[in-house]
Parts: sequence; structure tokens; C-alpha cells
Amino acid sequence: MLRPRIIPCLLVQNDGLVKTQRFGDPKYVGDPLNAARIFNEKEVDELTVLDIDATAQKREPNYTMIRNLAGECRMPLCYGGGVSTADQIEKIVTLGVEKVAISAAAVRNPGLIAEGARRVGDQSIVVVLDVKKSGLMRRYEVFTHNGTQKTGLNPVEFAKRAQDLGAGEIVINAIDNDGMMKGYDLNLIRDVRAAVTVPLTALGGAGSYDDLAALIREFGIIGASAGSLFVFKGKYRAVLISYPNAAEKAALLNDPAQ
Amino acid sequence: MITLVDYGLGNIQAFANIYNRLNIPVTVARDAQTLANASRMILPGVGHFDWAMKRLADSGMRQTLDDLVVRQKKPVLGICVGMQMMAKRSDEGELPGLGWIDAEVKKFDVTGSNRHTQLPHMGWNDVSATEFGDIFGGMEGGSRFYFLHSYYFAPNRGEEVVGKTDYNGTFASAVRAGNVFGVQFHPEKSHRWGIQLLKNFAEL
Repeated sequence: MLRPRIIPCLLVQNDGLVKTQRFGDPKYVGDPLNAARIFNEKEVDELTVLDIDATAQKREPNYTMIRNLAGECRMPLCYGGGVSTADQIEKIVTLGVEKVAISAAAVRNPGLIAEGARRVGDQSIVVVLDVKKSGLMRRYEVFTHNGTQKTGLNPVEFAKRAQDLGAGEIVINAIDNDGMMKGYDLNLIRDVRAAVTVPLTALGGAGSYDDLAALIREFGIIGASAGSLFVFKGKYRAVLISYPNAAEKAALLNDPAQ
Repeated sequence: MITLVDYGLGNIQAFANIYNRLNIPVTVARDAQTLANASRMILPGVGHFDWAMKRLADSGMRQTLDDLVVRQKKPVLGICVGMQMMAKRSDEGELPGLGWIDAEVKKFDVTGSNRHTQLPHMGWNDVSATEFGDIFGGMEGGSRFYFLHSYYFAPNRGEEVVGKTDYNGTFASAVRAGNVFGVQFHPEKSHRWGIQLLKNFAEL
């Protein structure tokens, strides 16, 4: 039986790991390789690492870090940040990364999704959409560049388009919920889930295992991704890497066989 | 000694790290000369079928690999696309496969399935080993493996299937034809269960 995926999402800035709130206020939480080793021991389902500086600083992905991370991870790795060409996607896959996330570049040039899928296969192309309520009507809109640039795109329509072009997974990152630890934006996930048939992952807002369980209860096979939940403990945001153990996971997946 | 066939695809370092931790000697072959000395090989893979076939051809190792596997009968384990390459053809591409196993690679048909059957098949799933599935030894307490694919391996001889997985019907997640082994999942990314399988392959 295929299981839902519970996925720590780590943000990289200046070669260190950080955690943000609503895409601002980055707090240093540690070293990426060390975190990967701890997550190995905790047998996490997958790991996502996003370099949040690369696109904003218009620079290439840090290939040395990606290679080191991919070799260290005993779980699948999804890398994103600063990826804007099919050559970069190909290079990152050859470094040992299973999935490459594209975001701003996919919005600017949706053809990149198709070209990337043609080269490395659709299963390795992940489109990450950063979504925020915007305008007087508070409608959902896709943003890029760490939430600073509006795109005018509706996330549901763009997710559908990304799927049709060859994306193998859609990640919906709710900016308003980022770091708030008050639960996922289930309305937003519901809208996107109804529109696409590829695997979908929710990011932004999980503050407890109950939040993960609520998402999985409603959507079944889904990716439940979180940052703060797996790197902070307590209301003062003390850094402590954690992940549900086998018993906790079985309880939240409601799966006696875990 | 395990030889990792490095034709530029798949996570060579992850395999090397696992075998180093197991104290099992491992080497990486990037050219035909190095590969020629191999006694037991892993053919990794990620990505598109044609891309992988082309990269293997461009690496200059294909002929040597064919000789080791077909004539010298050296054990080889194909991973994900590395397994699919062992078939005769694939729905995903135009190029012929290595043809080591009488099989073809087909796309999952998910029409009419429920919302829990999405493509790609992505995540952790179970494998039931058959009586010939020695490669799954030592996992009596249960196991799970990481899958990431939209195409599956369909052998024409049922007895070559040594592991089965359910995804909108059953498919061959592990095969063995003599010295040729293949797994659809990623053991190098499947924690202790994958490590056990890689250890088993080295010791069979």
C-alpha cells in the first residue's frame, strides 16, 4: 500500500539552514549536511532542500552542496533554488538528486517544465508554487522571488497547466501560513487537489502532528511537508530537529502496519 | 567487490557510502577498461529511458557491460531506470533496451482508478517477495521501499518476478533472470531496508 509522505523542508541561505516566518525573519537553525544525517537516523520519507537566495541573487545553484547532500541522504532528495534552465535540471539529476524543484523559472517560462520532463522524465520535475492571498478580493495568487513578486497567476490554473506540461509533482507553499504553525491552508489544497492528478504536496503552516494528520485524513495519498515543525521545539522556537517515530507515524497515518 | 557503473546517472555516491559503511569493497567504473575487471555490478538510473540508454552508449561501457552480463554471467543489479534498461523496449522511449530480460516497459494505466492512484507512483510502498526472492532476505519484520516512476517493468516469463507491488493492480517491482537482477524502487534511498537489500546482493 502506498503511504502518504511526511517531508521535512529545509531552507538554505548563505550555506546555512534557516527558517522563515511568512517568508521573512530568517532564523539560523544549523548546517545542511548535519541536518541530513539526523534525518537519516530518523528515517524520514523524503527531504526537500530549497536555496532561498539563489533566484533572488540571480546565481547558479551551489552544485558542491547539492552533490554532498545527495550523497549523504539515505532518503530521496528534492532540491530547488536558482534552477532556470534544462541544462541545470540535467546537471542536478546527474549529481544524484531524485527530484528538481522549479518555481520562478517555471512561471516565467512554462516551457521549461516540458523541456525538463523530456530530458530527465516527468517523475523528477517538481513545480513549487508560492501562494498568497492578494488584492482587495483576497484571491489566491502565485508569487515568486521569496514572495516579493506578483505574477497575476491563479494557482489552481497554473498547477493544472504545469501538470499538462509534464510536472510530476506540485508543491503548494502557502506564504501566509509559513512559519505560523497554525495548520495548513486546507481550502487552497482542496482547490488544487481537485484540479490535478499528479502527486501533490502541501507546505506552509504545519505546527503539530495533528496538523499533518488532518491533511492526510482529508486527502489520503498526499505529501505533508513542514519546516518549523521539524526544526523547532516550544514557543520560543528553540532549535531541535525532530520527526515522528514509527509509533507516532502509524498513529497519524492511521496505519497499523507502519 | 561491487562495481558501480557510473555512466552519469543515478546516485553513485549514495551507493558508495552505503557499501563503505557495510565494509564491503566498492569501486566506480567510468570507462570500459575499469569496468572489464568487475565481478558484480550495480547499474543505477534516474530519469528518462532514452536519455539513460544514450548516456550509457556515450560512456563507452555498453559493450563491455554486455559481455560481462551475457557471456561471463557476472551478477548485475539494475535500479529504477537501470532495471528498465534491461528490457527489450520501453513505452517511454524510442531506443531499444539492453534486452537482457525478455520484457518490455509499459506506462501505468490509471484511467478509471481512484484519486489515490496518482502518476508518477511516488513514495513508500510494500514489496511481497516470492520464494525466489533471496534478495529480500533478513526483512522478516517487514519492509518498505521508495518508488518514483510512471513506467513499470513487464517480464514475459512470470517466474522471473521475485517481488510484487500493488499500485492499481500488481506489477513486478523486483525481477531475477539468472545473474540479472532488477528492482524498480531505489534501495539506495530506502533506509535500512534498502541497505539490507544491497548487502544481500553483495553476498548472494
